[in-house]
Amino acid sequence: MQIKVSKEYLTELLSRQERVDQRGFFDYRSISIKTNTIPNAEGSASVYIGNTYVLAGVKLDVGTPMPDKPDEGVLVTSAELLPLASVEYEEGPPSPEAVEFARVVDRGIRAAEVIDTESLFIEENKVWNVYLDIYVLNYDGNLFDAGTLASVAALLTTRMPRLEGEQVIRTGDLPRLKTKGIVASTTFAKIGNAILLDPTGLEESFMNARLTIATDDEYIHAMQKGLAGYFTRQEIEKLIDTSFEKSKMLRSLISKAVSGD
Amino acid sequence: MQKPELIKDGKRLDGRDFEELRPLKIVAGIIKNATGSAYLEWGNNKVLAAVYGPKEVLPKHLADPEKAIVKCRYAMAPFSSLEEHGRAGPNRRATEISKVTKEVFENLIMLEKFPSTEIDIFIEILQSDGGTRSAGITAAGVALADSGIPIRDIPFAVAGGKIGDKLAIDFNKIEDNYSDADIPIAISPNLDRVLLLQMDGKMTKEEFSRYLDMVERVSKQIISAQKNALLEKYKVNG
Repeated sequence: MQIKVSKEYLTELLSRQERVDQRGFFDYRSISIKTNTIPNAEGSASVYIGNTYVLAGVKLDVGTPMPDKPDEGVLVTSAELLPLASVEYEEGPPSPEAVEFARVVDRGIRAAEVIDTESLFIEENKVWNVYLDIYVLNYDGNLFDAGTLASVAALLTTRMPRLEGEQVIRTGDLPRLKTKGIVASTTFAKIGNAILLDPTGLEESFMNARLTIATDDEYIHAMQKGLAGYFTRQEIEKLIDTSFEKSKMLRSLISKAVSGD
Repeated sequence: MQKPELIKDGKRLDGRDFEELRPLKIVAGIIKNATGSAYLEWGNNKVLAAVYGPKEVLPKHLADPEKAIVKCRYAMAPFSSLEEHGRAGPNRRATEISKVTKEVFENLIMLEKFPSTEIDIFIEILQSDGGTRSAGITAAGVALADSGIPIRDIPFAVAGGKIGDKLAIDFNKIEDNYSDADIPIAISPNLDRVLLLQMDGKMTKEEFSRYLDMVERVSKQIISAQKNALLEKYKVNG
């Protein structure tokens, strides 16, 4: 169960530079990343950020390439906000929130070239499709960062199936999916004029704007501003600096989790 | 696949400079049934925007007793692109764009003046050539002003980013497809608020900052096209 506090109380805390869970404004909650949690999937990872719990699963199937990229495999990313994950979530077709979530995670992974999509070419009009499904199992804020961590960790530990004739061999001694980049996203919530990294579900219920920035060592790879509030240019530029700094820590957590697999 | 050459002899494929917008023309008040509307041509983009409301909320349980709710539909006509026939109905891309577009206008409409009502914003892309979400927001800003619904500011939007190591603004379709970074941004110029910001590709912080400078420099042209559309409709003869 999530604790509830009033907006007035939260705002007052923030004006004293405090958060409900005592964190600094730019601190993450504790993060855990475990890979290969679903061994039947070609790749998988479970991630906790505080009480937010997200699972990413990767499957590969033979498919056809996109017309504008005939010699590359295709990444298909979806996100499910499962009804068991929050009292707010309901069954049904993906909500705009779920679609945005999947597309923002997808953009970071694509732009940072996490997957070497050219290695997925099989023959003319035949490539491997990579299906990345993000399952939200418990919601307590900051899905974007948890989803990106889980997705990248899952992709970096994905087994590359083999084709024997028409048959897809998914088990046995298989190499890993060829990957290139590694990326992590950092999400900020603006509540009044306070800006917080890694918002909890409670904080998100009061935020008026959200900004996600996905970076690696050198580049910004994706950004998404969300909700009806706003950021100023100065705020955005400052948050980019913070993102580069925090992304380094997140990517080292991924590397650690992946090397143990 | 081989990436097409997007820059030749220091110019873009359509002959533009890096900081040059495509021709932009906006006409206000073109859909007679709507509370407010606008037609926009920006390069080869052709966009209609219409605003209806404030009206009764449907379904009723969505009504907010403290303010109006905003609904937004961004959609591309199935015949709008040079490629194959588009699939009808909202796809995931359109769902996301509708959401972030709605959020831009939620910031600027004085929703608190119209409790328990609904304001609808419809954006139909009739012909597309890159930058359609920005064209849609720029048009919808005019449609909203035309509607008379009180707003704090008229937002403008533009998309651009990086081609090779050059920054460029107002991408057309081919630039959008093969650019190295693509950034749609919507800004409330008078309030100095960034209301929509999306980005994908690769860009350093320094490049992003220079890109924002570029947006600032071209913004006057977009804003003046919006103002002219409204002045044209509401001018007093003689």
